[in-house]
Amino acid sequence: MTPVLNIFTAIAVSAGAFFFIAGTVGLLRFPDTLTRLHALTKADNLGLGLVVLGLLPLVEWPFGALKLISVWLLVQLSGAIVAQLIADFVRREEPHA
Amino acid sequence: MASFLIGAACFVLAATALGLLRILRGPADADRMMAAQLLGTGGVAALLLLAAAVQSPAIVDVALMLALFAAFASVAFVNNASRSQDQAPPATDSR
Repeated sequence: MTPVLNIFTAIAVSAGAFFFIAGTVGLLRFPDTLTRLHALTKADNLGLGLVVLGLLPLVEWPFGALKLISVWLLVQLSGAIVAQLIADFVRREEPHA
Repeated sequence: MASFLIGAACFVLAATALGLLRILRGPADADRMMAAQLLGTGGVAALLLLAAAVQSPAIVDVALMLALFAAFASVAFVNNASRSQDQAPPATDSR
C-alpha cells in the first residue's frame, strides 16, 4: 500500500461522497418529478462508480476487484432500467409534464 | 485509512438518509420510490466502504443483495402502479 494509492483512494472516495450529496440535494430541491429522476440517476451512479474506483487498490486482485466492478455494473444496469420505467410511468400519469 | 473509510461510509449514509425527506414530502408516489432507490444505491456504497474498512469481503455480498433487491422493489412498484393506472378512470387515454 503506497502513499500514492492512499491519496488516490481518498480523492476518489471523497468525490463519490460529493456526488451522493449532489444527488440528495437534487432530489430535495429540483422542481418536478422528471428533473428529480435526472438528479437521482446521474448522481448516484457516478457516486457509486467513484467509490468503487477508489476502493479498487484496497481489495485483493483479481477476484475482489472483479466483484466490486460487478456490483457497480449491476447497479448501473438496474439504475438505467428503473429510470426508464419510472420516467415512462410518470409520463403516462401526467401527459403534459 | 480504515477510519477515513468508516467516516466516508457514515457520510454517504447520512446524505442518503437526508434524501428520505422526499418520502415525507411526496408529492407523487414516483418521488417516494426514487428516494427509496437512492437509499438502495447509498446503502450499497456505504456497505462497500465498510467492507474495505474492516477487511471483510463477505460484506460485499450483502451489498450485492441490496443492489438486487433495490432493483426488484422499483420494478415491482412500476408494475403494480401502472396496473392500477390502467384500471383507474375510463376517460384517460392509455398513452
